[in-house]
Amino acid sequence: MASSMLSLGSTSLLPREINKDKLKLGPSGSNPFLRTKSLSRVTMSVSVKPSRFEGITMAPPDPILGVSEAFKADTNELKLNLGVGAYRTEELQPYVLNVVKKAENLMLERGDNKEYLPIEGLAAFNKATAELLFGAGHPVIKEQKVATIQGLSGTGSLRLAAALIERYFPGAKVLISAPTWGNHKNIFNDAKVPWSEYRYYDPKTIGLDFEGMIEDIKEAPEGSFILLHGCAHNPTGIDPTPEQWVKIADVVQEKNHIPFFDVAYQGFASGSLDEDAASVRLFAERGMEFFVAQSYSKNLGLYAERIGAINVVCSSADAATRVKSQLKRIARPMYSNPPVHGARIVANVLGDATMFGEWKAEMEMMAGRIKTVRQRLYDSLVSKDKSGKDWSFILKQIGMFSFTGLNKAQSDNMTNKWHVYMTKDGRISLAGLSMAKCEYLADAIIDSCHNVS
Amino acid sequence: MAMMAMTIRNSASRRTMMSRPIFGSRSMSSWWKNVEPAPKDPILGVTEAFLADPSPDKVNVGVGAYRDDNGKPVVLDCVREAERRIAGTSFMEYLPMGGSVKMVEETLKLAYGDNSQFIKDKRIAAVQSLSGTGACRLFADFQNRFCPASQIYIPVPTWSNHHNIWRDAQVPQKTYHYYHPETKGLDFKGLMDDVKNAPEGSFFLLHACAHNPTGVDPTEEQWREISQLFKAKKHFAFFDMAYQGFASGDPARDAKSIRIFLEDGQHIGISQSYAKNMGLYGQRVGCLSVLCEDEKQAVTVKSQLQQLARPMYSNPPLHGAQIVSTILGDPELKSLWLKEVKIMADRIIGMRTTLRDSLEKLGSPLSWEHVTKQEINY
Repeated sequence: MASSMLSLGSTSLLPREINKDKLKLGPSGSNPFLRTKSLSRVTMSVSVKPSRFEGITMAPPDPILGVSEAFKADTNELKLNLGVGAYRTEELQPYVLNVVKKAENLMLERGDNKEYLPIEGLAAFNKATAELLFGAGHPVIKEQKVATIQGLSGTGSLRLAAALIERYFPGAKVLISAPTWGNHKNIFNDAKVPWSEYRYYDPKTIGLDFEGMIEDIKEAPEGSFILLHGCAHNPTGIDPTPEQWVKIADVVQEKNHIPFFDVAYQGFASGSLDEDAASVRLFAERGMEFFVAQSYSKNLGLYAERIGAINVVCSSADAATRVKSQLKRIARPMYSNPPVHGARIVANVLGDATMFGEWKAEMEMMAGRIKTVRQRLYDSLVSKDKSGKDWSFILKQIGMFSFTGLNKAQSDNMTNKWHVYMTKDGRISLAGLSMAKCEYLADAIIDSCHNVS
Repeated sequence: MAMMAMTIRNSASRRTMMSRPIFGSRSMSSWWKNVEPAPKDPILGVTEAFLADPSPDKVNVGVGAYRDDNGKPVVLDCVREAERRIAGTSFMEYLPMGGSVKMVEETLKLAYGDNSQFIKDKRIAAVQSLSGTGACRLFADFQNRFCPASQIYIPVPTWSNHHNIWRDAQVPQKTYHYYHPETKGLDFKGLMDDVKNAPEGSFFLLHACAHNPTGVDPTEEQWREISQLFKAKKHFAFFDMAYQGFASGDPARDAKSIRIFLEDGQHIGISQSYAKNMGLYGQRVGCLSVLCEDEKQAVTVKSQLQQLARPMYSNPPLHGAQIVSTILGDPELKSLWLKEVKIMADRIIGMRTTLRDSLEKLGSPLSWEHVTKQEINY
């Protein structure tokens, strides 16, 4: 059954939980910032005043970004970082795309100014990003039915959409896959949008629980938002087949749900920008109104420049204009206008036929390396593992990540015994794996799988 | 009995239907029927209109972005040089959630002083932010989360986006007297009365220098009195410093208000922006800092600020931060920057004088004294 969870953000902030060892600051449950008189404090000190921040506890380390920090601290030679989803070369170095360097040099030579962008971001970028997603000639673009605004990568774009949902669809719920990228929950929590999960990952098959997914989507109250990963599902790497996508579209339409795509890996999954946009385009064909968040962190390697977009496909150009204006109203008190640098890089690359072609080639190279590494890992596992376990799920999965099927204890073993850093849900980032290390990783996985429970 | 039951059932179901958001059949109509067009932003909308105006005589005195004598945007030489040095040298890996450590370090020195004991003692919780807006928003969200019963006192008038920020962070707003229309100066008595009458431990938004939109700042003496009163009332001072260096031409002088509060032992918060003083407008570079009791608390508070940033944008943009740390980390470039900031500030001060002189020459019967008395941009 779809589980319902209403989570109110960080668990560490309730005033009641804190100050167990400290002197009472006043009536229990009172605001930690308030100055309250306390006799015991007066006898203890002369001039120390209770801090406003006394009651604030340490936030938990981020489960994903915390992995890299632990990796850095490890001094073992054999260590391997398969934590965060950032592409690495075969030499396990970060990679700045050549076409990005080219674009930056162009920008430097031109001496572009640093004026504020409009709230909605760089117009050339907005145009190009929507066209990349839907295809330049697509009716929704021609008929101006898409409200597109530049966002702070995928996270920022998702957050803008979440804020819009909270404002215009009070009480509506978002359904997210079980599991999904960890930050999705934080985003909806902080935006105060209730969420629940639909079944997705089947640990028995290490594949998609398609029936469970359809059932849960059907059961959700009419007009719910369904968060879908456009391609290269994070963290599992398991995508629906084209036939399954059709069925998903059917049930979403039947229940009048609003699809909400997170497209963080266009081009990175299959190597083809168009193929990876197929799910989104299918829904657009159906004439549905829906959201799509995009990110250029991975496919253009622009991680740190925070460049993405939120697209809202509406049934009319008028609706798109109004929606765009309200997205701007949400962005203005968040950051006023988005950062220019990443937007210019993308606009330059997408806007020039030569550079676009160069990008596609580099894209294919990156996706190709990951596919090759998958194959090598699979081959290593099959040749080393004598148990007869079926490892083919590795090949069926797609994109940067692979769900290994390892549980927390087994994942801990990977780290503690083998110095392989990964997230505790069993996710490994293949982007951080080199051909040279596949055999070592296979040994680690086989050991953790069979010798640890 | 049965009739009554049926009536109750019917009215109950009608109530449920009305309280459920309207979804219904969507084959022809849009989900977005209820979405009104948002009003144009009062400041940025001016630029939109300016751009659309075909007249050759048009002048944009709307948005606060520096222009040279030909009305053209300016990119500082120190910035160009920094960009040249950065180009092609680094990877584009994610910054930590709290942003560039180097950039934050340099930025704190500007606000708190190069040799600040607070920096040495690591008592400042600080994160890179999306310029001044982002810093204010992070603080407002932090205030909402950890001080849910509090309000924010905002001066009248203030930068219009301040209202939007605290509103979207769901922190109720109150105002305090600031501008005196008759004198076109500071309503000091009104300000002090409001500070005095506010409940103990209130949160106040202060403009550190070059008040936006009035250009009217308290004198040093007045700042001292304000600080004393804040201390007596145990208020929390949150400084928005968007123009350090740009107001007088001297960054240390422009931070005077903050330094006074720090000398008086107050634990404050600061929003800093490089939009104007380094001309990095579109790069969105800034910093939020909160002075804490000790290092442990600073680490804790920082972790919570990061916790707010993660679901908003994960981590801040790199390019602008690299420019800042390149400039401030290199004595030559830093010195060039200080010169350029002074030139910009002087040009504007010069403009004020010219404007006032022109108005007086045109024989205006009104007093234009305030034009040169007010500070900087506005």
